[in-house]
Amino acid sequence: MGKRSVIPFGPQHPVLPEPIHIDLVIEDEKVVEAIPSVGFIHRGLESLVDKRDYNQMTYVVERTCGICSFQHGMGYCEAMEHVFGVDVPARAKYLRTIWAELGRMHSHLLWLGLLADGFGYENLFYQCWRVREKVLDMQEMTSGGRLIFSVNKVGGVIKDIEKEKLDIILKTMDEVEEELTVIKDTFLLDYSVQSRLQGVGIVTKEQAHDLGCAGPFARASGIRTDMRKLGYAAYPDLDFEPIISATGDSYARCYCRIMEIFQSIDLIRQAIGKIPNETDLFTPVKGNPDGEYFMRVEQPRGEAVYYVKASGKQYLDRFRVRTPTFANLPGLCEMLKNTQLSDVGLLVLTIDPCISCTER
Amino acid sequence: MGEVIHPEEKLVEIGTDQLLTKVMELKKAGYRLSQACAAYVNEKFELSYSFAEDTTYQYTTLRVVIDTDTEVPSITDIVPPAVFYENEMKELFGVKIQMISLDYNNKFYRIEAETPLGPKPDAAAEGKEA
Amino acid sequence: MANVKRSPWLLHYDGSSCNGCDIEVLASLTPVYDAERFGVINTGDPMQADIFLITGGVNTQNAKTVKQLYDQMPRPKVVVAVGVCACTGGVFKDCYNILGGADTVIPVDIYVPGCAARPQAIIDGIVQAVELFEKRSKEHDEKVRSQKKGSEVA
Repeated sequence: MGKRSVIPFGPQHPVLPEPIHIDLVIEDEKVVEAIPSVGFIHRGLESLVDKRDYNQMTYVVERTCGICSFQHGMGYCEAMEHVFGVDVPARAKYLRTIWAELGRMHSHLLWLGLLADGFGYENLFYQCWRVREKVLDMQEMTSGGRLIFSVNKVGGVIKDIEKEKLDIILKTMDEVEEELTVIKDTFLLDYSVQSRLQGVGIVTKEQAHDLGCAGPFARASGIRTDMRKLGYAAYPDLDFEPIISATGDSYARCYCRIMEIFQSIDLIRQAIGKIPNETDLFTPVKGNPDGEYFMRVEQPRGEAVYYVKASGKQYLDRFRVRTPTFANLPGLCEMLKNTQLSDVGLLVLTIDPCISCTER
Repeated sequence: MGEVIHPEEKLVEIGTDQLLTKVMELKKAGYRLSQACAAYVNEKFELSYSFAEDTTYQYTTLRVVIDTDTEVPSITDIVPPAVFYENEMKELFGVKIQMISLDYNNKFYRIEAETPLGPKPDAAAEGKEA
Repeated sequence: MANVKRSPWLLHYDGSSCNGCDIEVLASLTPVYDAERFGVINTGDPMQADIFLITGGVNTQNAKTVKQLYDQMPRPKVVVAVGVCACTGGVFKDCYNILGGADTVIPVDIYVPGCAARPQAIIDGIVQAVELFEKRSKEHDEKVRSQKKGSEVA
């Protein structure tokens, strides 16, 4: 047994866009144990329920995370709609689906870029982000904001997407698909990328299940789980299957996310094809909320749980969001064991960490 | 058309003494821990442990309602990933949890405010003075 | 912006932001917006950095980290607060763990508004920071020269 030493990783590190700190116990070059410590971005967002009423909370919840901000707002609103017992107009459900899938595309493209940067392929990083800008342009065109666009409200959505804009989205999806095919081949077939990703950081199906992993991280280990199957928003009307891979290594995680972008393109096309013509965009809610609900939403990073509890007041008693990265942290610690120190940066990236979600 | 699963969502209220047995039962039935959280309502803690099943999408929540000074056993020996959730409950709410496998001792988020979401420490102090 | 002699290096640190501004900072450095055409380059090392971009408010834990990063940067240096959270605390101002904007721990020179700050606004902030950095380096050079002269006379 070699001598053990502890190496701190983060909070400020070139591969990390966000601060997380991990203490790595290493033996020679091998990681024996990883202990994360969080709190660099902890704001205490959940405590704002005392100061903001349930409508204002929508905007606070959207700012849990800037990458999946729309889906955060959507999850919260769906939970509140269950508490109120209101039905959202069909068009609003489709609009939510379109925005949610655009969000998933830009989040996955962002991650692919960061991964490419993580293993030193700078050109690929720039290519991914170039394609991502097209998706962001679509978000800006339809809502007015690039990342945080506050179009959700309890009961529906605020803005409509007109027919002409839907056509532009379809046209852009064709362009993105074409460019993405080239990027996909580079990620999945390039020899140097393969040798960097294959067989690194394997998490078996049993481990992923026992550690409560979520999202693409779990799907890459062969767990067939996708919260979109629960049938919120317009997903019951759309045809899709969860994308899974069996190997559970970094390459599998990369594969799952790339394929999910194509799936999102397909879902957007289906949704635009089926969107009903309605003028109603939201159902007005009356009175104050009373009751509690656990809402599960499939975010780009996996299953997110929104818990709201209200007791007939304007202010909620408790709001809680369990984000996917929080669920994936135990999996990350397990995965880092017995890996080489030089792989740590890359492996932390492969769970697609979103620290500001995690710490709220 | 994709199939849609409408799972059962259960909320089971249990006592502190049943917690470990129930968690063990759910684990044996193939559930995974989805989330655990605390809420401070009416001067009592409501702890929710939610378990999810990945094939049927069933969702079962165990609810334990306790007084602020009651101690609850840690479920980390049965479900290891609960460690972060329990540390969070302990630090943000002041829930007394016994024997967490990796106890950060209120240094998980390293906040300065004491139990910001739980009972207000100054209110308790005022009570003592009066 | 004309006649900038030096090419300052950027250091980016995420305070307690929601990530929105961070990815916009990265987006403004990638080729579509390309802030690098103004001569700046992104670095991960505070000891080689000249301009400090900070996003998000300051909380009790990262206050020390932010202060340390600022102290590690060599003089002269410029600090840019990106996004409304770094300027004042933003929507999270009332949270128990937020101390306030970045200026609660370090002196901030340029404030970039927005939630999330748009790449155009960030680029504008960077351009102003480059100008300010040029001005400060001149002053710094003058000071060093006069100190040298002073020591020669003595």
